[in-house]
Amino acid sequence: MALEAQEKVMDFMNNARQMMTEAVDRVKMPTPMRLRDLIRAIRAARTAADERAVVNKECSQIRNSFATEDTMWRCRNVAKLLYIHMLGYPAHFGQMECLKLIASSKFTDKRIGYLAAMLLLDEQQEVHLLINNCLKVDLNCPTQFVVGLALCTLGSIASIEMARDLAPEVEKLLKSSNAYIRKKAALCAFKIIRKVPELMEMFLPASRSLLSEKNHGVLITGIVLITEMSERSPDTLNHFKKVVPNLVRILKNLIMSGYSPEHDVNGISDPFLQIKILRLLRILGKDDSDTSETMNDILAQVATNTETSKNVGNAILYETVLSIMDIQSESGLRVLAVNILGRFLLNNDKNIRYVALNTLLKTVNIDANAVQRHRATVLDCLKDPDISIKRRAMELCFALTNTQNFKIMSKELISFLQAAEPEFKAQCSSAMVLSAERFAPNKRCHIDTLFDVLKTAGNYVRDDVVYNTIQLISAEMADLQPYVVHESWKAIRDTENCTEKQPLTQVSCWCIGEYGAFLLDGISVDGENLTVSEEEVILVYQKILDATHMSLVTKQYALVSVTKLSTRFPRATPKIEKIVSSFGSNVQIDLQQRGVEFKQLFDSFDHLRTALLEPMPPLERDSVMTHLDAAESDPIPSNDEGQEVNLLGDMCFTDSKVMADPLANVGNGQTNGHTVAGGGLFDLLDSQPSMDLGTNVIMDHNKTNNTLLDLLGNLDACPPSNESPSLNAENDLSNSLFGPSALGSTHLPSQNSMDLFNDSSPVVASSESMTVLSENGIKLIFEFCHGPAKDLELKITVKLVNNTEKDVSSFEFHVALPKSMQLMMPKINGGIVIGANEEKNINVITIKNPNAAVLRLRLRVSYRFQDISTPFNHQVEVNDFPAAMCSW
Amino acid sequence: MIHFVVLFSRQGKIRLQKWYEARPDREKKKITRELTNAILARKPKMSNFLEWKELQIVYKRYASLFFLFAVDKSDNELITLELIHRYVEVLDKYFGSVCELDIIFNFEKAYFILDELILGGELQETSKKAVIKQIEFADNYQEEEIISLALRDVGLI
Repeated sequence: MALEAQEKVMDFMNNARQMMTEAVDRVKMPTPMRLRDLIRAIRAARTAADERAVVNKECSQIRNSFATEDTMWRCRNVAKLLYIHMLGYPAHFGQMECLKLIASSKFTDKRIGYLAAMLLLDEQQEVHLLINNCLKVDLNCPTQFVVGLALCTLGSIASIEMARDLAPEVEKLLKSSNAYIRKKAALCAFKIIRKVPELMEMFLPASRSLLSEKNHGVLITGIVLITEMSERSPDTLNHFKKVVPNLVRILKNLIMSGYSPEHDVNGISDPFLQIKILRLLRILGKDDSDTSETMNDILAQVATNTETSKNVGNAILYETVLSIMDIQSESGLRVLAVNILGRFLLNNDKNIRYVALNTLLKTVNIDANAVQRHRATVLDCLKDPDISIKRRAMELCFALTNTQNFKIMSKELISFLQAAEPEFKAQCSSAMVLSAERFAPNKRCHIDTLFDVLKTAGNYVRDDVVYNTIQLISAEMADLQPYVVHESWKAIRDTENCTEKQPLTQVSCWCIGEYGAFLLDGISVDGENLTVSEEEVILVYQKILDATHMSLVTKQYALVSVTKLSTRFPRATPKIEKIVSSFGSNVQIDLQQRGVEFKQLFDSFDHLRTALLEPMPPLERDSVMTHLDAAESDPIPSNDEGQEVNLLGDMCFTDSKVMADPLANVGNGQTNGHTVAGGGLFDLLDSQPSMDLGTNVIMDHNKTNNTLLDLLGNLDACPPSNESPSLNAENDLSNSLFGPSALGSTHLPSQNSMDLFNDSSPVVASSESMTVLSENGIKLIFEFCHGPAKDLELKITVKLVNNTEKDVSSFEFHVALPKSMQLMMPKINGGIVIGANEEKNINVITIKNPNAAVLRLRLRVSYRFQDISTPFNHQVEVNDFPAAMCSW
Repeated sequence: MIHFVVLFSRQGKIRLQKWYEARPDREKKKITRELTNAILARKPKMSNFLEWKELQIVYKRYASLFFLFAVDKSDNELITLELIHRYVEVLDKYFGSVCELDIIFNFEKAYFILDELILGGELQETSKKAVIKQIEFADNYQEEEIISLALRDVGLI
């Protein structure tokens, strides 16, 4: 007895001593701030800088504490770190600490540890391996809360490896006797299958038994799991078709059972479960008439019996409608479903209207007529202030448009377009163009709609609309061209501020330029007699060309157009000449160039003007579209290029492919194959670097011939029959002008120009070459074996020429291509050495151009001369490849 | 499936964020910033739905706090609203007429409750009572553990 008492005293003494030392320790190291106090301190910070200061100070203390392996305050520190992390500060340094917390035996530590793991770790983290082991231990823990925590964490951050490792544990827990664990395990299984679908089979047996549960938590998670499996594998889908009667029974019980307080939401029994069941039924009944048959009745029951005064009821109805429309349901049921959507559309609740539009959009393909009945209501939704609803309504309107209702719908959509937010305008106008193309009852209506779109959407119209409209007028509206040109005239005459409607101005200018002659004829449109005088047209052009905020593209359209008018408006020619020549000194280099060149048409080449300015042949749709695609897919479109492409529609075809069309049509032997090479020539005039060249040449050589070439290059729109005699005449001259000697170091493909003007010998330049670099007597020449092969590959032999008296060493070159292309270039180890006055082929590169984009590349070269230690570096951009070699 | 949940204040401050799929931290920040701005710019009379990339956002404002759930496009938006409401109800019951401050100062509790309601992006319990009960059980278990540890510390057990 006395011994026992003595022991107790001893124990007490020991404990007291321990507590004392602990207390002393605590005094030595100050207690860290409590979470609550930290939150207060942060909230009290007045400025962002103050807040940062508080956070930084606390973070450094937390770090210190972590570094000293302080277990006592670890939990508190990690909790604080979570708050700091939520504010957006970095907290990755706590990752290891949360693992330590998870490994602790205390539930408090585990709770915070797992919470931190879910917030601070994500799939990419390597610490996952460590957490895997903790999870494995905890999943086998007898305490349900610990297992719950582990399952929850697994459900949140499961990675593929984790899913594989822990799937057996989860499967075991799926059969646990504890409902709390079973439901969590079911959702973990769901997550595991999403990560690693092939693990599905392991869960099949256990998941089916989940359906016989009474507990709603287990039921709903079981249904989620089965839904996921059925969506992933057709076999499993068939397997679970057997459970349809069970599902129907559960659903029926939910509807029929009276009020059950535990699962009631506004008078409806467990809507969450009902919706999951309806969804699974939809998946199981899809494309299967027998299975659909078994669920027809229950769907009808849900659709008719659900109370719709509250959001929950509508949520269920919405899900029911989706199921009815998706399975092979009876026609009566479908009518019921569409009527429910009709009622939804009239609902005051915006959410329900939104859902209705969304669903109608999904069903419009299945049952267009049923949806048509709600057209008026849908049109009303266009006026809704809510963007989400408006967007849905707009999409639905386009889906509902057909030939019969096109006029009404387009009218409504145009007025929608007028009032719509900018973000809608581009999308809506492009959709209108497509819709008009498909459904406009006649050409007149079609073109009217396009003009309406251009007028209302102003500058928000995408470029494709401009191209499409021009192409349409050119190719398909031959009989309506007089009408169109008057419309165009009215459009630019009545538009007060053309800068806000530039796409309209562009189309109008193009039309007037092409078909301006009709303007003078006068026409009677809708009873209104229109007569136009040349002077007023020119005045408007003057206005457009002088406007300061007009884009370059629009001015280009206008300038080309007004030049064309000089042959259509005989009396205005002097005035036009004045306008054109005024551009000879424009600050915009492109306009200046056009001004200078067009001016020639009024001076030295007046006799060619009429022929050169003939209207364009009908534009082919595909060529325009292809070029557009190419331009769009180009990852680095420089400003100049973009404009070049825009101009395509007006008069100069820069692209060889497009150009080939009108010329080839004529069937002139000379054009055969060779004209294609002319692309290089046009480059001379269309892009800036070559422009310099053009002027140089003019200085040095026979003036007349040169300028003529310029003009021909730019205005290929003239019929080739006119063109060819003059071309032949210039043969020799062009050769000398563009021969290699004259060109020297320029990028111009020498062979090119000759091709265009040579006789019709069918030698398609079997080996074209171009000098891409010529510096300090070092030349780099690209030799093309042949044009791009069918698989869009282009092979280029790279030849290095050393024209100096010195040896060159360490010659290296690198090639960069736009992203859409691939480069294959054998690597050469060490620099290349080339002796004085030597030349050799140094490499063969292959360019793959799957998108057939415009070929361009950038070249970087470095080398050293024998006697000079500093290396030379050059970088050049090569974008004027011979057209024949890169017409993909 | 729910892809993520964000609670944020009228000033755009994040009060809680839960991700059910892996994304790098920087991307998370970008997404939350983008979405809070988009939602705060919306007028109160607009619908509670927003399309966003391949997901749709369902959000609802309760007093000064916005609750945002990002779900699949194929998910039922209306029931997601109910789910948000369910979460708010449970918070309300747990804290006793919950307010933003409760969630700020007890954010870990708000997480625990959410984790009892939703797991892996899906609802795990449709009974309000059961959720509350489980949270309370866990809280009690934790408290008992703390007390027993403290007692063991001073040597009483």
